[in-house]
Amino acid sequence: MIIQKKPPVFLNLLKIKLPLQGVLSILHRISGVILFIFIPFVIYFFERSLQGEAGFSEVVSMLDSNIAKLFIALLCWGLAHHLFAGVRFLLLDFDVAIDKKASRISAQIVFVMGFAIFILTLGVLF
Amino acid sequence: MNTLMHGLRAWVIQRVSAVYLALFTVYLFFHFTFHPPADFSAWQLWLSEPWVFIAIALFFIAVLLHAWVGVRDVIIDYVHPVWLRFSVLTLAVISLLVMGVWFGRVLLGVTS
Repeated sequence: MIIQKKPPVFLNLLKIKLPLQGVLSILHRISGVILFIFIPFVIYFFERSLQGEAGFSEVVSMLDSNIAKLFIALLCWGLAHHLFAGVRFLLLDFDVAIDKKASRISAQIVFVMGFAIFILTLGVLF
Repeated sequence: MNTLMHGLRAWVIQRVSAVYLALFTVYLFFHFTFHPPADFSAWQLWLSEPWVFIAIALFFIAVLLHAWVGVRDVIIDYVHPVWLRFSVLTLAVISLLVMGVWFGRVLLGVTS
């Protein structure tokens, strides 16, 4: 008879030191949830922009405010991080850069590229 | 076996939709960087081109499928009480369906 022992669980989030790959992974989830939340807003602006000349210019002016620009920058960072991290995961599925060292380097590349897109977006918007 | 197939199917849907989303997102990025729509009529004209229309419809279907597998995984991992998990999953499905119908209506209105 197999006796299943409970595995040791250590879930003090403040004391766990997550490797960079782990941070990337959890941010992939968080950015995914952020993108999910943004979907209805994107549909709303898409719909409004197609309601004639008036709707189009209303969307343009609404997206021109500082608060809207911050949200757009957040959306762009989320999209960039999710996309780059996703491409990295797809490559890992094919065993590309699968060892510890290479996967750490690819994680660093994803972080830098996501951050670069964020800065680029802020630069273009403000 | 059945659950395995379900897992495999979700896994495949997640990755196939991811590839399309990634490629089309990169396309949209370059398109809007170099050819932002100048006004309403240019915007409407671009969207009513048949291939743009079809590509965007496919894009949104891919978004919904990808979002479903993604939030499903997140909910199953973090929401443990069965009744709460069931409720949150149901809420996610309903909101995705509503968004799908809403976007479909908007997109069909482009040409009319």
